[in-house]
Amino acid sequence: MNLFKIYKSTFLVLVLGLVLSGCATQKKVDSSQVQGDVYTGTDTVKYLASGVPDRVFFATNESSLTTRSRDTLRKQAAWLRKNSSINVVVEGHADERGTREYNLALGERRANAVKDYLMTYGISSNRISVISYGKERPVDSGSDPLAWSKNRRSVTVKAN
Amino acid sequence: MNKFIFKLFIFFIILLPNKSYSLIEIDITRGNLNPLPIAVSPLSSDDSSISALNKKLNIKNLGSEISKIVENNLKTSGLFNPLNKDAFLQKPDIAHLKPRFEDWALIKAQALITGRVIFEDEKLRVEFRLWDVLAGKEMMALAFTTVPKNWRRVGHIITDKVYERLTGEKGYFDTRIIYVSEKGPKTQRVKRLAIMDQDGHNTKYLTLGNELVLTPRFNPTNQMVTYLSYFRNLPRVYLLDIETGIQEVVGDFAGMTFAPRFSPDGKKIIMSFAKDGNSDIYTMDLENRVVEKITNHPSIDTSPSYSPDGKYITFNSDRSGYQQIYVMKSNGTNVKRVSFGKGLYGTPVWSPRGDLIAFTKLHKGKFYIGVMRTDGKGERLLTENYYQEAPSWSPNGRVLIFYRETKSNKKGEGFSAKLWSIDLTGYNEREVGTETDASDPSWSSLLSN
Repeated sequence: MNLFKIYKSTFLVLVLGLVLSGCATQKKVDSSQVQGDVYTGTDTVKYLASGVPDRVFFATNESSLTTRSRDTLRKQAAWLRKNSSINVVVEGHADERGTREYNLALGERRANAVKDYLMTYGISSNRISVISYGKERPVDSGSDPLAWSKNRRSVTVKAN
Repeated sequence: MNKFIFKLFIFFIILLPNKSYSLIEIDITRGNLNPLPIAVSPLSSDDSSISALNKKLNIKNLGSEISKIVENNLKTSGLFNPLNKDAFLQKPDIAHLKPRFEDWALIKAQALITGRVIFEDEKLRVEFRLWDVLAGKEMMALAFTTVPKNWRRVGHIITDKVYERLTGEKGYFDTRIIYVSEKGPKTQRVKRLAIMDQDGHNTKYLTLGNELVLTPRFNPTNQMVTYLSYFRNLPRVYLLDIETGIQEVVGDFAGMTFAPRFSPDGKKIIMSFAKDGNSDIYTMDLENRVVEKITNHPSIDTSPSYSPDGKYITFNSDRSGYQQIYVMKSNGTNVKRVSFGKGLYGTPVWSPRGDLIAFTKLHKGKFYIGVMRTDGKGERLLTENYYQEAPSWSPNGRVLIFYRETKSNKKGEGFSAKLWSIDLTGYNEREVGTETDASDPSWSSLLSN
């Protein structure tokens, strides 16, 4: 009885899911803002210096850096080389669609992916600390794919 | 209903031949669609006790307040149907001495609780009796003496005794929930540790909200709590003594520690430690401070939970590429993946009976709370929603408490986080009332007995 109910509701969810995903592709955030699940807009982005964006974005459950992210981070590294007295904190964040503890680990993984990349461009590890906020500090409080894509991020913040 | 009783009767004779005979028994292994009609007569009291207790506690009639606690507990268990007091024919004091069973049978009560409250020598004395209305017999009689300010607990202990007598299993009413109280906009949520009685009363806040706190869990004696705090922007596992309020950081890790839980003997804390983008599971012995690394894998290993005998650990890991549930020996050997269904699996928690693991599952954009056997077989999904996670077991392993978040619009409106409970059977889902928004609930063990 119980199982049957579950099957039935799963079936409903499946059907609904299909219907909704149909809509989602139509409505889905224009591709100028999200590419392959990674946010590419500028809505929330701040700048460490002129032309140096403070953040990079990630795909769901991923911590790998896109071409665009690597481009941003090379700019950050160049800026850090020029300003050798500045230290930074790299904050790793996740969207709200994952369990709290896993997201803490995922945020840490994302922040470290950024730190590692900055280090390969000559920034000393003792100038970069990392902190994960998991899903605790979203920048967009919406519950939709665009909001989630803005929240899957790593933000480089001046520490001094 | 009669058929139901007959079935239970057979079950009873076959399986429990040593137990004393009684007509009423409740089978809690199935969803209970016919909750047992029970009459909770207000506990009676003499005039001098009433006025003395009123002076002491500022409660007009303590006896009837205690009976309300019992009634509410029985109702929320989903197994009982407390009857409307307006229909009671017999006076509480007389019913307590000798119920006129015909009167109670007339209103279809199958069980009756009566009692008496006395204030003597500055102590609160509460007697109660449980009666089998159909058999016309007393099933249980008990008395407690305590300080008056413990009066709510008396109601919970009575419920535990009645529940145990009628279901054959320990209750879960004289317990507390520790959780995270939440306030403010989603982007700057203020979080505080809070503790309350299982029924939502006696809420106390244990931290001020100056720093982010997450995932509190009790030790086996319910005196200590381990949790994650962002004190000074360094996310670390902490230990809090509830009585004294003293907090200390657990271990000396050069990075984030998180997802803490106590071992079943209370001597160790098991947690994750994240370093250079990799989270592994560690334990720290609270006596000699020895730290042991339990998993060693370049994937995320987190949300560890011990089996009740301490011999095994379940955790979630994305070593297969996606978040799944694993079981290993407590020394970290024999790691086996146990979740193989479609979707992602997280937050495994071993049941206090040892036979099940409760978990959160994410599949096709929906979140489920479910249970599976410890080998991963027999998966049952209990509830589906937009977002919910982090189940915690009642001490008798019959109920799960978890938190659920609602969807918000672009401005963040419509968002809420609330505690919910559901029976292992998948029935009796209900919101657990809290003063504020709430998340990360953890159920204590029984405070008494």
